Parts: sequence; structure tokens; C-alpha cells
Amino acid sequence: MTIEPAKEPVVAREPAVQAELGRSAVDSLLRAILSDVLALEADLVAAFSGETGLFGHLPELDSMAVASLFTEMEDRLGIIIEDDDVDGEMLETYGGLLAFAQTKIIIGRTDGGASN
Amino acid sequence: MALVFDRQREHRLLVLPALFHEANKMRRHTVEVMRRLDLSGIDSFLPDFSGCNESLQPLDTQTLEGWRAGALAAAAYFGASHVLAIRAGCLLAPSALPGWRYAPTTGAKVLRSLLRARMIAAREAGVVENIEDVSVIARAEGVDLAGWPIGSALFAALEDAVANADSRQAAIDQDDIGGGGLWLRAEPGEDAEQADMLAALVAMGMLEP
Repeated sequence: MTIEPAKEPVVAREPAVQAELGRSAVDSLLRAILSDVLALEADLVAAFSGETGLFGHLPELDSMAVASLFTEMEDRLGIIIEDDDVDGEMLETYGGLLAFAQTKIIIGRTDGGASN
Repeated sequence: MALVFDRQREHRLLVLPALFHEANKMRRHTVEVMRRLDLSGIDSFLPDFSGCNESLQPLDTQTLEGWRAGALAAAAYFGASHVLAIRAGCLLAPSALPGWRYAPTTGAKVLRSLLRARMIAAREAGVVENIEDVSVIARAEGVDLAGWPIGSALFAALEDAVANADSRQAAIDQDDIGGGGLWLRAEPGEDAEQADMLAALVAMGMLEP
């Protein structure tokens, strides 16, 4: 499941991003990604609360869109999302997705960036 | 099949489109960029890779090498002076042709998104699949990923495919364009400002001595 660094032309950027990301930075990056995926204005996405519904509430979020969302999260947040991470709960609300992303980043740090 | 703006002008751009789901999301935007280049005095050519878009060939017998040969043949046929490759199209760009790679991605990332879409859809239907197992099957006998039948040879080649680092193409990142990448959108869209910017970057590069 790890992505070979040799295959990645832009690896140099990812560990640095991972080291610096604080809670609010993760929040704003995640909102920016959702704004790209959903083609929503930034101020609309900025109004998302923890309870805002995602998968199952937004018809445009089909399986392909969710897959693209995860791949982009891996890229921009420097995390690896495993198959078993993907469940209804993490995708149901914005708060669930944010908590998941933050947990993944903390795990990535304690692993010493081994996934990179 | 190819969509072309051809008035026999000196500046001739081969456009290599994104692949699979990204091809659908990017197509209109790609043509919008070509329209702008036409107004700037640049001819452009957007071929369909064999098995893609309006091609009558089956997709599941295509190979990465075949597509690369197709891109090379298209460059020769249209007499291209430059190339603009988009997303996974960058994996197919003839390395000797000068030009640009817009938001290049790797074959591994393309497959990862498709595999994951299949896994999510399967789980919604109550079937637990994982990416690793499906990949093993795909390497041996090919696989249907989110509606795209991908043969074993193409799957295996995409796993290791990266844009040629020795090519004569400069990278244009999404940060150079501004806004969010249109391939990310859940629904196909277009963005006039982004099309203006991409066309301007390419036109400046082609028209300046």
C-alpha cells in the first residue's frame, strides 16, 4: 500500500507539509480540497460545521468522486488512507472526515514518516 | 479520431488529454483551451487514444506502449511543433517534442483512484474488496475499474508509469494556473479564467522567439 518514493516526482514536498501541519491548517486544507471536489465557493465550504453531511447527503459525491477526494487528501495532507479506514462514519459528516485526517497525520508523525 | 483547429499555421500543438474519468471531466475545458489558442494563431490537435473517447477500438486490449506510439504517430501526422500533455496524458508525451506537462500525475495514482472507486462501490453493495487483492487479479487477467475495462498489460505498465524526466517539456502546476484542478471535480465543469491562464502560458511559450 505504500507508494514507492522513486515513482513520485514530487516527494520532496510531502514530508515537509506533514511536519508543519497544525490542526487549523489541516482544517483549511481539507476545506480547500472539498471546495475543489464539490465545485463550491470557498465561503460556502467555510460555513461547513462538524455536522454538515457529506457522503449520502451530497448527490455529487459518488464513489469515483470520493476516490478522487481521498487521493487528493493523500497528496496534499501527506497521509496514506488504507482500505480499512474507509467506512461510512468517516465520510458521513465534515467533522468525521476532519477527525480522520487529523488522526492520520498524528499517526504519520509517530511512525516517523515511515510511510514516506 | 481527433478534434482539430487546423489552418495550416506555423505553430502546431499536439494536445494529449487526461485518461479515464479525468478525460471526461477535462474534455470540455481542454477544448476551451484549444479555442483560445486558435484565436492566438496556434493550430492544435486533440487525438483520441485508441480505445478512448470516440475510438472504435476496445479499451481492454490497449497498452501503454501502443498509446505512446499513437502519440508519436499523431505528432508526425499533424506536424506538431509542440505538445501540451494533461494529467496522465503526460505519461504518453513524446520526449523529443518541446512543450508542457500540465499537472502531471503518475500511473500509480491514476490506478489508485480507480481501484478505490471500485472498492467503495463494492462496499456500498455489501462486498468487501481491497485494493491489494484486486491489483493481483488485475495484473494477471485485467480488471474492470469504475467502468473502464483495463487489460493486464496496461494495468501493469501503468503501475510504474511516470512522465519521462528527460523530456523537453516544462511542468505547469495547478498553482501556476490558480483555482482548483478541474479533474478533481465530482461533476465535469469548466473555468474560463483557468482556460485563459493555461492558454496564455502555452501561447507565450510558442509565439516568443
